[in-house]
Amino acid sequence: MITFEGVTKRYPDGTVAVDDLSLQAPTGAITVFVGPSGCGKTTSLRMINRMIDATSGRILLDDQDVRAIDPPTLRRGIGYVIQQAGLFPHRKIVDNVATVPYLLGWDKKKARARAMELLELVGLDSRLAGRYPFQLSGGQQQRVGVARALAADPPVLLMDEPFSAVDPIVRASLQEELLHLQSELHKTIVFVTHDIDEAIKLGDTVAVLRVGGHLAQMAGPATLLSEPADDFVREFLGKDRGIRRLSFVPAKGVRLGSTPADLVVDEDTRPLGWRSNGGLLPYGTFDPERDSLRAALDAALLSPNGTAIAVDGDGRVIGVATRDALDEVLAQHATGPDEQAREPDGEAPVTDPKRAES
Amino acid sequence: MNWLIDFFGDAANWSGPDGIPARILEHLEFSAAAFLIAAVIAVPLGLLIGHTGRGAFVVVVSANAARALPTLGLLVLVVLLIGVGTVLPVLIPLVVLAVPPILVNTYEGVRGVDADLRDAAYGMGLRGRQVLFQVLTPSALPLILLGLRLSAIQVVSTATVAAFVGLGGLGRFIIDGLATKTYSDVIGGAVLIALLALAVQLGFTLLNRVVVSPGVRQVR
Ligand SMILES: Nc1ncnc2c1ncn2[C@@H]1O[C@H](COP(=O)(O)OP(=O)(O)O)[C@@H](O)[C@H]1O
Ligand SMILES: [Mg+2]
Repeated sequence: MITFEGVTKRYPDGTVAVDDLSLQAPTGAITVFVGPSGCGKTTSLRMINRMIDATSGRILLDDQDVRAIDPPTLRRGIGYVIQQAGLFPHRKIVDNVATVPYLLGWDKKKARARAMELLELVGLDSRLAGRYPFQLSGGQQQRVGVARALAADPPVLLMDEPFSAVDPIVRASLQEELLHLQSELHKTIVFVTHDIDEAIKLGDTVAVLRVGGHLAQMAGPATLLSEPADDFVREFLGKDRGIRRLSFVPAKGVRLGSTPADLVVDEDTRPLGWRSNGGLLPYGTFDPERDSLRAALDAALLSPNGTAIAVDGDGRVIGVATRDALDEVLAQHATGPDEQAREPDGEAPVTDPKRAES
Repeated sequence: MNWLIDFFGDAANWSGPDGIPARILEHLEFSAAAFLIAAVIAVPLGLLIGHTGRGAFVVVVSANAARALPTLGLLVLVVLLIGVGTVLPVLIPLVVLAVPPILVNTYEGVRGVDADLRDAAYGMGLRGRQVLFQVLTPSALPLILLGLRLSAIQVVSTATVAAFVGLGGLGRFIIDGLATKTYSDVIGGAVLIALLALAVQLGFTLLNRVVVSPGVRQVR
């Protein structure tokens, strides 16, 4: 656990980048710091590994004040990933990944073996190991940056806008990869971004900061969407909070009906389309075991008849969710009256927050 | 052309203490001594100033001095001060000439390293000295080598002045040739100096291949 206790950072020029910040980043979870540019996210993050020292207040790693630890020693125990990757240009990829193991005095063979393991873990071809950073794409460099941060298996990982400089498609795959890694590694991660969608996608907890380094709200992503603390947070969250909120509701509860006759399937019962005088019409599918209510709704909207096709993990049809069935679940997740009262624009979230957290 | 044939074709020019091989060796001795002394002073100084950011004025002063100071004038001054008879009067001006290119380029090389890279190095837990030697120096190496090369070429060309104070080296051919109006010697000596400078250039090109990481060479 990382604990901020009344942390303030005032730069020599008088700028107060972080003002009396108190929060906790729980062990084994992803805590995201999000907020507009200049709100003090980077400063907050860098005070954890003492790249910057706080002016006042304390930061505790578990129960130890980071100020009591010599900075290089502290940093070797904390993975650090930055936006531009910051790979050492003169070292091969494998040696870049092995940076911290080398610093810790591992023998070269062991360090390199570990580096190869990590390259595989972050989804990089082992043939890239012998290349130099300039020979890699931005997305690949970023993966190497993550591998390097994980090399000595630190319990804590600090990530400062690590995926901001890559294109949206690569960014999405890096985000998926991080979630996948985290499901295996259970690191204590503090992740900084200015992108609220990224924060909601990755964060177990999201801390929204406002300029001046004030904590505006700290909550799980579902709660954040349904119960923004104030206008600043509401505005920062942007449009479609109600729909986005459904991403956190499992589709499991949707009542499934039997497969209608006009759904054409192949010999493995995978869907082919809706029959319509001679041709096939498009369709949408969702997996009730894995997908969210939002995905189910999306699947319904993709079918001309408004019926979502439920499939199993192998893509075989297990039933359908009609519009009525979806409506029943949506009704269960509609916002309570007190929440609606706080919505000036009638853009009410669809879900009961208490359910969503479970 | 004839002059060149006269000079290089004369068998007497190829042997003895005033023959071409002996003169080349002398020339290289002065040059190498001056160059090495300069490198030992300027490389560490450039690294240190570039790394700490303190003392940058030394670099500026040295760069300006290099443009302003006439080597020959300095030579005369040093001779007046400490007299002839040792190699010092030659070495001092040559070292003074050789320091600035190395100092300036080493400093710029270190300072020019991407701030994010430096930051990442500290963030990984490298200590100051490790950042300097494991990250900044390898990244700055192309510029450091450039400084060393410029310096070496200047020294090799300018070591000619040794002849003014009665010492050897290829300058002898030029000074003595001028004195005796043996223009083939003057031109032959000048050509040899040019060839030496070319050899230095080639040597550094090869050195660059060996010591600079391909990862850095490509980027520049
Ligand atoms: N070294 C510094 N000196 C003075 N002010 C700084 C320094 N670094 C950041 N700041 C200021 O502190 C505030 C917070 O910066 P930062 O933590 O980088 O924000 P963010 O990462 O959220 O964009 C900004 O106003 C920024 O200009
Ligand atoms: Mg930032």
